[in-house]
Amino acid sequence: MTIAREFTKGFWRENPIFRLVLGMCPTLAVTTAAINGIGMGLATTFVLVCSNVVISLLRNFIPSRVRIPSFIVVIASFVTIVDLVMAGFFYQLHKTLGLFIPLIVVNCIILGRAEAFASKHPLTDSVADGLGMGFGFTLSLLVLGSIREVLGNGTLFGAPAFGPGYFPFLVMILPPGAFITLGFLLALMNRLAEDRPSVNPF
Amino acid sequence: MRDILRLTIVLTSICIVSAIALAKVYDLTKGPIAYQKRLEVLRAIKTVLPQYDNEPDRDMVVLPMGVDKKGEEIQRVFYRGRKEGRLIGVAFKVISPEGYGGNIEVMVGLLQDGTIHGVEVLSHLETPGLGAKIRETKFKDRFKNRNLTNTTWAVKKDAGDIDAITGATISSRAVIKAIKEGLEFYRDQEAGIVGSDQ
Repeated sequence: MTIAREFTKGFWRENPIFRLVLGMCPTLAVTTAAINGIGMGLATTFVLVCSNVVISLLRNFIPSRVRIPSFIVVIASFVTIVDLVMAGFFYQLHKTLGLFIPLIVVNCIILGRAEAFASKHPLTDSVADGLGMGFGFTLSLLVLGSIREVLGNGTLFGAPAFGPGYFPFLVMILPPGAFITLGFLLALMNRLAEDRPSVNPF
Repeated sequence: MRDILRLTIVLTSICIVSAIALAKVYDLTKGPIAYQKRLEVLRAIKTVLPQYDNEPDRDMVVLPMGVDKKGEEIQRVFYRGRKEGRLIGVAFKVISPEGYGGNIEVMVGLLQDGTIHGVEVLSHLETPGLGAKIRETKFKDRFKNRNLTNTTWAVKKDAGDIDAITGATISSRAVIKAIKEGLEFYRDQEAGIVGSDQ
């Protein structure tokens, strides 16, 4: 597989949210607004790329019997770095995302990529994989967040999307709205995948 | 045996490198984080007090408020705003544990006569679109110019003077109760807060 393929698979074929259905906790919880989706997505992307780089470089050094604790230490360190840097320089976003930043540690996408990909592939492929998966994740969160913010709050990135006469569809920014939106998007994605018989997602 | 040694060495060295990296990042971000926290407090004080020209977060009185469940002392910090050296108002933070979704933190700004100049909701976990409206100016302005004597501190439903937010009576009650308790604490301790004036 070429590097380009490793990069693009995260957007569609192996999109972490819509195809692999991984990392649902932050997906459902933080996507009440488009900006939260982007913030969470980029924080996750950073951790994913960094952990992929380190794990790929150390893949011949880490004995397989201690690989899981090693991966977790590496991932947890990068998450803590993101947490501290965000608190120092993006304070408002950090406050909004709150608890979900430390919880990136347990996001299955990251350990999943470390175990399934970075520990078996060379550096460049692992970087491409991390970037692709990360951006695919970010894009999915952005789509979810935008839909929920527009319908549930009547705004997009904080700017009014409709006139003042719009009465927000409140349930969309409450937890049920996350499941409803995700369900419709999953159905849509499955439908689109069916219509392209040349691509076999699995 | 040899194998165990190798596993231990690898895992330990990964942990050591991580620990060093984290210590370095912590050291670099310590300053900016403290600065952001201070800025946040100052921003809240600024919205609830009249124009001041000192640094209220460096002119504080800290009073004990009793002990919590673990036996640790709870403290309340009073930030004193001054203009040309004269005390013009005092701001303090109250926390209501009775919000619908969790604690609600409110900064209250009082003028010298104990009347509210402004309130600001610092953090809350209320339902978006309902209880979260406690953040809106329309609700916060309902507290302006009120004090313990000119107001019955309860929502209209409970025979008080303050309009609750439609659909968010619990959140409104929590905020009102917390502010009222804050005012009473201030009234009882006023001499200590204003009086330790130099």
